[in-house]
Amino acid sequence: MEFKQLIFYFFGAVLVFAAAMVITVRNPVKAALFLVLAFVSAAGLWLLLQAEFLAIVLVLVYVGAVMVLFLFVVMMLDINLVRLREGFGEYLPIGGLVAVLLVLEMSIILSTDQFGLKQMPDPGSLPADHSNTRELGRLLYTIYAYPFEIAAGILLVAIVAAIALTLRRRKDSKYQDPSQQIHIDRRTRMRVVKMRAEKKS
Amino acid sequence: MIPLSHYLILGAILFSLSVVGIFLNRKNLVILLMAIELMLLAVNLNFIAFSHYLGDIAGQVFVFFILTVAAAESAIGLAILVVVFRNRSSINVEDLSELKG
Amino acid sequence: MQDGISMELIYLAIPLSCLAGALLAGLLGWKIGRVGAHSVTILGVAAAFVLSAFVVLPDVLAGNHFNGTVYTWGVSAGIPLEVGFLIDPLTALMMTVVTFVSLCVHVYTIGYMHDDPGYQRFFSYIALFTFAMLMLVMSNNFLQLFFGWEAVGLMSYLLIGFWYTRDSATYAQLKAFLVNRVGDLGFLLGIAAVYMTFNTLDYAAVFAIAPQMAAKTIQVWPGVEWNLMTLIGILLFVGAMGKSAQVPLHVWLPDSMEGPTPISALIHAATMVTAGVFMVARMSPLYELSETALSVVLVIGAITALSMAFVGMVQNDIKRVVAYSTLSQLGYMMVALGVSAYSVGIFHLMTHAFFKALLFLAAGSVIIALHHEQDLRKMGGLKRRMPITFVTTWIGSLALAGIPPFAGFFSKDMIIESVHNSSLPGSGFAYFAVLTGVFVTAFYTFRMLFLTYYGKPRMDEHTLKHVEESPWVVTIPLILLAIPSLVAGFMFLGPVVFGGYFAESIKVLPAHDVVGQIAEHYAGIGPFIAHGLQSAPFLLAVAGIVTAWFMYVRMPHLPGRVREKAGAIYTLLLRKYFVDEFNEFVFAGGARAIGRLFWKIGDVKLIDGLAVNGTARVIGWVSTVIRHIQSGYVYHYAFAMILGVFLLITFFLHR
Repeated sequence: MEFKQLIFYFFGAVLVFAAAMVITVRNPVKAALFLVLAFVSAAGLWLLLQAEFLAIVLVLVYVGAVMVLFLFVVMMLDINLVRLREGFGEYLPIGGLVAVLLVLEMSIILSTDQFGLKQMPDPGSLPADHSNTRELGRLLYTIYAYPFEIAAGILLVAIVAAIALTLRRRKDSKYQDPSQQIHIDRRTRMRVVKMRAEKKS
Repeated sequence: MIPLSHYLILGAILFSLSVVGIFLNRKNLVILLMAIELMLLAVNLNFIAFSHYLGDIAGQVFVFFILTVAAAESAIGLAILVVVFRNRSSINVEDLSELKG
Repeated sequence: MQDGISMELIYLAIPLSCLAGALLAGLLGWKIGRVGAHSVTILGVAAAFVLSAFVVLPDVLAGNHFNGTVYTWGVSAGIPLEVGFLIDPLTALMMTVVTFVSLCVHVYTIGYMHDDPGYQRFFSYIALFTFAMLMLVMSNNFLQLFFGWEAVGLMSYLLIGFWYTRDSATYAQLKAFLVNRVGDLGFLLGIAAVYMTFNTLDYAAVFAIAPQMAAKTIQVWPGVEWNLMTLIGILLFVGAMGKSAQVPLHVWLPDSMEGPTPISALIHAATMVTAGVFMVARMSPLYELSETALSVVLVIGAITALSMAFVGMVQNDIKRVVAYSTLSQLGYMMVALGVSAYSVGIFHLMTHAFFKALLFLAAGSVIIALHHEQDLRKMGGLKRRMPITFVTTWIGSLALAGIPPFAGFFSKDMIIESVHNSSLPGSGFAYFAVLTGVFVTAFYTFRMLFLTYYGKPRMDEHTLKHVEESPWVVTIPLILLAIPSLVAGFMFLGPVVFGGYFAESIKVLPAHDVVGQIAEHYAGIGPFIAHGLQSAPFLLAVAGIVTAWFMYVRMPHLPGRVREKAGAIYTLLLRKYFVDEFNEFVFAGGARAIGRLFWKIGDVKLIDGLAVNGTARVIGWVSTVIRHIQSGYVYHYAFAMILGVFLLITFFLHR
């Protein structure tokens, strides 16, 4: 077996195993850690497919940021682990059956008859000085510049939404509300008093 | 040489595993969100595989955007989870049946 | 005498004067009072009578016939719907008879209904009836005939149930109307067949084309072909069966005695019930073309004549006796028509109108004298106390029994001879029936007379003390009707039957001309009576009278003994052959059962339960099942989505 195939099967096996573990372990922290493993092995697979930039991005962004976020939340929530110990056995047969059938069907469709080496030959390795990053960048800032900006907008919205949803104000924190400061009303600032023009001596 | 179909089948396995995770998991909302991430990972794998075998880098651009949106979505999803937990002190999926007909 | 235009006015005036009287009495009766009501109606009917008898009749006898349209109501599918008059000898005779009897009844009613609260309404009704009957006989097309037909049926309904607070009266009026309706169904089908065949409703046009259609057949249902003329004749006769109370549609006539006696005389003796007889005579050109139809008329008439006479023998209500007598005599008229002796039938209609109306009015006179007592078993001994009624009843009874020189003898004898001469299928049976009927008729007529006027009084003391002859408004009509009952026979037999009076208005084919055969031997009234005195009918009539005298005057305890001996037959006759019970059980009960079926099962179970409520229940049940899909759990929804994906893949995989 070639080295590449070995790499592929190894990373593939780890990926499948990690995915299976994510959904079966009781402890959500363990699940999050298995998900990290899954992502890392997926990154390995992507490197095999010569998508270096994205592989690294996967590790940096996904594992580094999103999974850390997951772990934060998991550990922050005070989860009743006792209840979590209860299993999900009664639904496993039907769910498992559907999943297995789904895989089988998709395998039939995606088999080597349609997508094998005859129909889709391996284009071979790219030259050593080929920069995946540059290629991506070339496309991203020209043709796909507009979606790029929109993606940035989406991220901004996500930040705002996350904060807006979860922000809790401290009751004793002091802060100024500028809009309150400049909000004046004639009735609160001025009082008209009737007075006589002169005083009698 | 690894044919394309291998990658695709691997993606299919990942996808169905995550689907199983979604509807078998009734106890933990966090696991649900993690299963969604797995699903997205499977899709990304498909895209990258096709991009490699068809020689078209547009697939990778797509994955780029998917990653962006997935990050945003998981952030908001977790924020919602936190708020739900604050209100109900439980992330048991079985308790979230307010829309029951 | 008069020119054509003013004769038209007279023809119009005759029915319209009755209508005017009726409307005034009906709508303004409260204003013009009792005297005003009876005055306007009697004036209207008297005018009609005077014009009919002294203007139209002489005019027709002079040879002026009239057939024309007065008013076109509308045109439908090319057929004009008209009001028109056909004035010929047949019409003129009917008009005279109708208006004369109606006038007598109008005068009589002043006395009879003197104490009744619905006085003006009654006069309005009988005047309106006269109008309807005149429209019927004067009509020149089938549509107007049908209008008159239905209108007299309506007036009969209203008059039978005149005392509508009585249960028996409302029952009787409904019975009359519904049984008539059955007949009218056949009548309408007959008119439809006429229209379909001849494409016109005008008498003259139909009679002109009729001989060409003699051999036509019609497919009644696939595979069965009937002669068209036979079918038309039979269908029209069904209508006559309803209106003229032939068996089995006779059941309404005895119950119609619930109405006041004047209308029993007017409608159910002299005029309305004779409409069927008139119609068959008028349609003689059509009937002559079908021997089968004539046979049907003959046989049914004969059955009616005999069976109803038997029932009349055992009745205890004086009006019922006369009612069954009417039924029997109507059968005689139909028998005459059946053997194509149309003129004889109409002649008998005329004489019968006089003496039957007389008998009814006389019975009414007795009834009011005894304070509305109608049971024969509670009468008796009235001959000295009510002389005029007594004498006129004798005259009417002799006429009915068929004793010369009274009117009934001539017409009845002619019928029997005509049947004897006929060779139509069924004439043998009919001859036996009418002959036997003579004996029975005489018997029950004189039974009634003897029980009412002879013997010891059987009523209570109080009533007996107040018995006296009725006022002149009651007795004058009796006398007026007794006169023609006496003389109309020998005066009119020659001219009307043998003298070619009817001329073109009645058609008889030479093969059927039984009257012609008799006419060959006719030598005048004297020889006719002499011949009649030796014939079987006269002897049977005398035998009937003698038997009645024997059983009810000489040995009054005999009827009771006979009744005990012949118990079963007596019950059969008393219960009128159980026809009423049969109708009630089969037709009325059947209709009610069908109605109940449609209600309980059709409407409640099927339509309400299954369709309406069932739909709602199904929807409710479906929603209880589908509700479970909305579990509220996200993972259920996700599972549904995955299932969908799976199915889609399978579908595309196997395409």
